[in-house]
Amino acid sequence: MAGEKKGLQLLDFWVSPFGQRCRIALDEKALPYEYLEQDLGNKSELLLRSNPVHKKIPVLLHDGRPVCESLIIVQYIDEAFSSSSGKPPLLPSDPYARAQARFWADYVDKKVYDCGTRLWKTKGEPQQQARKEMVEILKTLEGALGDKPYFGGDEFGFVDVAFVPFTAWFLTYERYGEISVDKECPRLAAWAKRCGERESVNKNLSPPEKVYEFIGTLKKKFGIE
Amino acid sequence: MAGGGDLKVLGVWTSPFAIRVRVVLNLKGLPYEYAEEDLGNKSALLVGSNPVHKKVPVLIHGGRAVNESQIIVQYIDEVWPAGAGGRPAVLPSDPYERAMARFWAAFVDDKVGSAWTGMLFKCKNEEERAEAVARAEAALETLEGAFKECSKGKPFFGGDGIGLVDVVLGGYLGWFLVVNRIIGRRLIDPARTPLLAGWEDRFRATEAVKGVVPDDVDKMLVFLQKLRAM
Repeated sequence: MAGEKKGLQLLDFWVSPFGQRCRIALDEKALPYEYLEQDLGNKSELLLRSNPVHKKIPVLLHDGRPVCESLIIVQYIDEAFSSSSGKPPLLPSDPYARAQARFWADYVDKKVYDCGTRLWKTKGEPQQQARKEMVEILKTLEGALGDKPYFGGDEFGFVDVAFVPFTAWFLTYERYGEISVDKECPRLAAWAKRCGERESVNKNLSPPEKVYEFIGTLKKKFGIE
Repeated sequence: MAGGGDLKVLGVWTSPFAIRVRVVLNLKGLPYEYAEEDLGNKSALLVGSNPVHKKVPVLIHGGRAVNESQIIVQYIDEVWPAGAGGRPAVLPSDPYERAMARFWAAFVDDKVGSAWTGMLFKCKNEEERAEAVARAEAALETLEGAFKECSKGKPFFGGDGIGLVDVVLGGYLGWFLVVNRIIGRRLIDPARTPLLAGWEDRFRATEAVKGVVPDDVDKMLVFLQKLRAM
């Protein structure tokens, strides 16, 4: 058993888009929780005990029991607190709509972070390739959004939660990748702005300039120039 | 029966991902039409149903496509939940246990899955294969512990009956026979991972699994050569 503390705790790292998914979900459900910032260069006993398999954040502790992997955490929050929070569910109730939502959240997981990392980590040909791929990925997601206000339709939902933290990284992608999200995917840019007006998103996303600064620091640390 | 009988699976007979979907349909007692895809010449139906990834498996239900094997398994479980006529559940009902099942299923596809491609499809020499085998064995050792935790003394990760983690790991068992032949020993080693070795035998012996998880190693080796040549 990882710990016996009652209630909800989130082991997280400030700039992590994966952690932010969990923070947004918790706030959408109006669930109080204790935020515990982790030092990833010197991992805590609690983190290592709570996620021995991956040793990664985010980890949600509920009455001391750990849940790991951000989208699994978000689904857990949605399912464990469905009746008590009185807030709308993040996943739709229709099984086919749920499958669609899971598909697009999975697509974000498979594609966005990895390609984004290659955008700022590489140069020359690999960077050009990453740039092309990122535009394709964003256009595909824009296609999935269609004319709807949110990926979830009229309501902010699972896919929105899964993708919105990455909007704070658009500026970084734009500067390293020379991609203009506004130009290439105007509907996606509008969606990002719309989400930014929600309190849960506004409160939990890192300011884009801070993300850019953070990546700059990482690059220096890894000796990438 | 909710949704009627209009089910079709687009798959490849060796695909761990298609195999798990078929096992679940069998467990649920659901009849379906199966269409074998040629990966070198994908059908218009496949490409049209899964334009984003163009991969198998695809479940077509009432003309609508569901993609990504773990998503398909959960879809089937939700449309045809436990109950009517002794139909079993594939995911547990408790939210924490569901999170655990999803965690271990994701671990299998992440760690066992990447080692599987390394052991059979991507390795350029025996050294690389051996490295991938070592990664698979490390993942299986972790799963031995997970099995103890999840099964709580019962026959499967899902408890009394086959669950999500069982079908996800079970999908790889056909290819494991091929690995066993290549490396000259059992990948799921009864000495290192006794619980998993017992699980492997039990899983293969289950009615819903027979005929879906392949056991013709020679046929699979021919398939492997064709795939590597593609």
